[in-house]
Amino acid sequence: MSLTNTVTAEDLIRISGVDPSKCMQCGKCSGACPSYDEMEYHPHQFVAMVRKGQIEKLMASDAIYQCLSCFACLERCPRNVEPAKLIEAVRVAVIRQQGMNHMTANDIPEKLDEKLPQQAIVSAMRKYSK
Amino acid sequence: MWLFDEIVKFHITELEGQVNHMKYSYYPGCTLKTKAKELDRYGRLSAAKLGAELEEIENWQCCGAVYPQAEDEIATKLSAVRTLDAAKQKDQELVTLCSACHHVLKRVNDDMKNNEYVRTRANNYLKLDVPYEGETSVIHYLEMLRDRIGFDTLKAAVVNPLKGVKIAAYYGCLLLRPSGVMAFDDPENPTIIEDFIKAIGATPIKYSQRNECCGGYIAMEDKGAAQKRVDVILSSAKNAGADLIITACPLCMYNLDANATESVLPVKYFTELLADALGVKEED
Ligand code: SF4
Ligand code: SF4
Ligand code: SF4
Ligand code: SF4
Repeated sequence: MSLTNTVTAEDLIRISGVDPSKCMQCGKCSGACPSYDEMEYHPHQFVAMVRKGQIEKLMASDAIYQCLSCFACLERCPRNVEPAKLIEAVRVAVIRQQGMNHMTANDIPEKLDEKLPQQAIVSAMRKYSK
Repeated sequence: MWLFDEIVKFHITELEGQVNHMKYSYYPGCTLKTKAKELDRYGRLSAAKLGAELEEIENWQCCGAVYPQAEDEIATKLSAVRTLDAAKQKDQELVTLCSACHHVLKRVNDDMKNNEYVRTRANNYLKLDVPYEGETSVIHYLEMLRDRIGFDTLKAAVVNPLKGVKIAAYYGCLLLRPSGVMAFDDPENPTIIEDFIKAIGATPIKYSQRNECCGGYIAMEDKGAAQKRVDVILSSAKNAGADLIITACPLCMYNLDANATESVLPVKYFTELLADALGVKEED
């Protein structure tokens, strides 16, 4: 995990296109988040923590896999901060590191059931691996 | 006489314009070729009945199912750009049916139009004869019904109105958000599927969870989390008095069906009810 140190707030800002300084910490995004109970850090915390440079904590948290990419936080933010993009940037920064795929093709068979649509598999691979 | 000819000619060209307009490029996506064949089949039968010709894009590739949000993701957007360019070549609007495909194609199209970074790099990779710059208009099948065919026309074409059936529309996330790009309907108070339900003679049931996420993307990662979301949605619809739920998304369909633990409601594709109402369900 030593590579984690090399990811900076600036990297995440560049990858996501998000400007965390626009955030006024109103918490509306987290209030809208359907995954609130499951996520260790909530969308407004992602924004605040990137601002403070607490990147390692975010990269090590399971919260990046609990985000549903539903875009509720992004839609409902009064400042157009788009937290979902920042969360995705953290996830991408993790899985782009060597050996850090969260799910690989080998994990798929045990998860298959008869009715599972292709789109579930394709999207899981795309979200969780590089 | 001369003037008369000109007027007739003008009207003919205008009419041809309208007729042409009813021909669309169509992107089914991989799930509609496998696990969601009914969504596709009933969609095609119904479109034909309504006079809309759906021409499947040749040799299309899977769109990837999730829109890559990272600004520097280019390669993962290319298959969508190829599809968009194929529709441009035919000078047709591009109709989609799977909510996820629609989301990906619509957002990549927006990038190609408005994001200089993505546009330049994607075009550098693809080396098309003419660069693609977001020219194609991408519409979902429901938008074709609402904005091109019209719900009044649909209503008039219904031979088997689904009287008395109480239907809950499930929008989910991907058709509505981000509304700035999707421009599908009011993201907090959409009406398009309810209007569709009325047009086929049934009764729409409104419930608070209709535009909240079902957790489909996390079904493979954390089944418990998906089950929790599904139960919230289904009980919300059931308590509002619905007999069934309709969706446009194969992932929602799977998730609402397979990950329900408590109140179970039948889940159907909107195209199945459409085909039923139009009297084409048993054909094929
Ligand atoms: S809703 Fe927007 S402004 Fe408010 S806390 Fe979330 S990101 Fe910040
Ligand atoms: S996109 Fe992720 S973080 Fe944002 S509201 Fe949805 S689940 Fe929560
Ligand atoms: S969204 Fe799904 S069904 Fe649509 S093409 Fe992509 S993977 Fe296939
Ligand atoms: S979870 Fe369901 S509603 Fe949310 S994006 Fe996925 S398929 Fe759509």
